[in-house]
This record gives sequence, structure tokens and C-alpha cells, in this order.
Amino acid sequence: MSLKFGVVVFPGSNCDHDAYYSLKKILGYDVEFLWHKDTDLKQCSVVLLPGGFSYGDYLRTGAIARFSPIMNSVISFANKGGIVIGICNGFQILLEAGLLPGVMVRNNSLKFSCKDVYLSVDNRDTIFTSEITKDFSSIKIPVAHGEGNYFADEKLLEELVLNKQILFRYSDADGNVNGENNPNGSQLNIAGIVNKNGNVMGMMPHPERACDPTLGRTDGQLIFKSIANYILN
Amino acid sequence: MFKATVLIKRRSSILDPQGVAVEKGAKHLGITNIKGTRIGKLIEFYVDVDDRAAAEKEVNEYCSKLLANPIMEDFEFELSEWIPTGEEVK
Repeated sequence: MSLKFGVVVFPGSNCDHDAYYSLKKILGYDVEFLWHKDTDLKQCSVVLLPGGFSYGDYLRTGAIARFSPIMNSVISFANKGGIVIGICNGFQILLEAGLLPGVMVRNNSLKFSCKDVYLSVDNRDTIFTSEITKDFSSIKIPVAHGEGNYFADEKLLEELVLNKQILFRYSDADGNVNGENNPNGSQLNIAGIVNKNGNVMGMMPHPERACDPTLGRTDGQLIFKSIANYILN
Repeated sequence: MFKATVLIKRRSSILDPQGVAVEKGAKHLGITNIKGTRIGKLIEFYVDVDDRAAAEKEVNEYCSKLLANPIMEDFEFELSEWIPTGEEVK
């Protein structure tokens, strides 16, 4: 399979160009924008739902973007095993679309949280994390959200743990997960999860903002490199 | 035609940080006896059909598929008969 990322552009997306830039200019991958009103995924092997405020976050975050024409194609692509990654608002859209379980509520601080965070990597044996070796006790990636407080009932949380669906948790630099390093009140410090089949991933932190060495952080590259290696090998 | 009034409430098991913050505001104002503030949504619209059962069916679908997220919210609605005034389309 050839490697080609498709970055979906919704009205109100604002990290679409960051994602495009990091994938194309920094990592040298083939990338194309996918317009929300289209239904053609243009033979992309990976679909990326970027961050932003699609449809102004009206009603609930991601609630209206989920009904964009492109999302029908994304849902059937995902259901056939296609690789989908949702970042921040993209994660919220995946939750609303039912491609990932759980819901997102307002940060417990009620503040928009915009800072670098450390993430412990709970499952390194996935399409999205295989390049994050044990040498990394944590990865450093920024968050920027007002509604990243992940909520699931106890049954679902148990299931997520049991199936190793939790990929990233907010931690300190050494990978210790504790309440102090939780920027939004997420249950179990959850920052990113994958679906049961392992092909759809959502995360609140922004790996596309941690790719360009000029910006002083590059751990985000590991996630995109993991996906690329999976497809190319 | 019917006028629909939909009330969307967050389930009691789900934290409502907005409600907590607003209640703190009440305490700052010296309103001290308020407990358990929770914030929901009130949504109004018109349903352009003559049959009540058809209106209920459509409102139910609108609520369950879009207006409320069934994972964290419950909804209830009222339908009242409405004589069109021309205001409905604005």
C-alpha cells in the first residue's frame, strides 16, 4: 500500500495546515487536503481529522462536523480497517461519530489549557506508537483545548484498560501518572485512546505541533513515523 | 403545526464543571443556600406537520441523533399546537 495522508478540512478547522506542513515539509510524506463537503478520500491510506473549532463547537464539540458528507466516507473507511487519527477537535468528532467510545466534557479547571504536557505511553505495540521505544519514558507534546476532560462509565474504563486501548496518559517527565499532571480532569489521566480494532486513534495533545525541530520539540514525529512504518512495511 | 420545547439534561453521574463554577459565583454574591447547580439546554423549534404522532416521531429522532448525546445526556420535550404566524421561518 502506498502512504498518503488525507487531512480533512472542516469549517473552523485551524490545525489543518499545521498537520499538512509537518507531514509534508518536515516528514516528507505525501499529503492531500480533503474538503468536508466531498465524499472522495482520494485514495489516502491514512485520514487525519485535525484540531480546531469545527462549526464553532456549536451544540457540542464535534457534534455537527460528524454529519459532514466526508464523514460518511471516513466512517466506512474506518469500518473497513482504514487508519484514522483524530487530534483534539478531531478526537471529539470521532467520539461524536461513535468511532471511539466515551465523551468529552469541559476541563475541570474551566480554563482553556494550552501548554506542553508529558505523556506516558501505555501501549507501544500499536499502529500509532510502535516507534516510541522504551528509551522514551514519556513524550512531550502540547495540548490546547477547553474541552478535553475524557469521561467514560466504569464498565467502559475497565474495558479500555483490559483491551489496552489507552495509548497515552498525562504524566510527569518520567512517565509517572498522577493527578498533578492532569491538565483537564480526564478519567485515569486519559489523553489518547484507540478503538478495539486498533485502526482508529484519538488524542487531545497535538503531535503535529511537535514535529519541526525549529520549535524545540519533535516527539510528535514518532506517532506519524509509527503510522508510516506500519503502512510501508 | 406544532411548537416543540426540548429540555436536555446532563446525566447526574456526569460531572458538570460549568454548574460547579456558576455555583461558586453564587457564593461570591452572598447567595449561600444553593446546592447542586447543573446546566442543561433548552431548545425551541416548530414542526411543520399536522399529525401529533408524526411530530413526536420527528422530534424524537432529532433529539436522539443530534440535539442530545445519548452517552451523557437525557432529553424530554413538549409539543403544543401552533397556529402559524409567519414568525416560524425566520
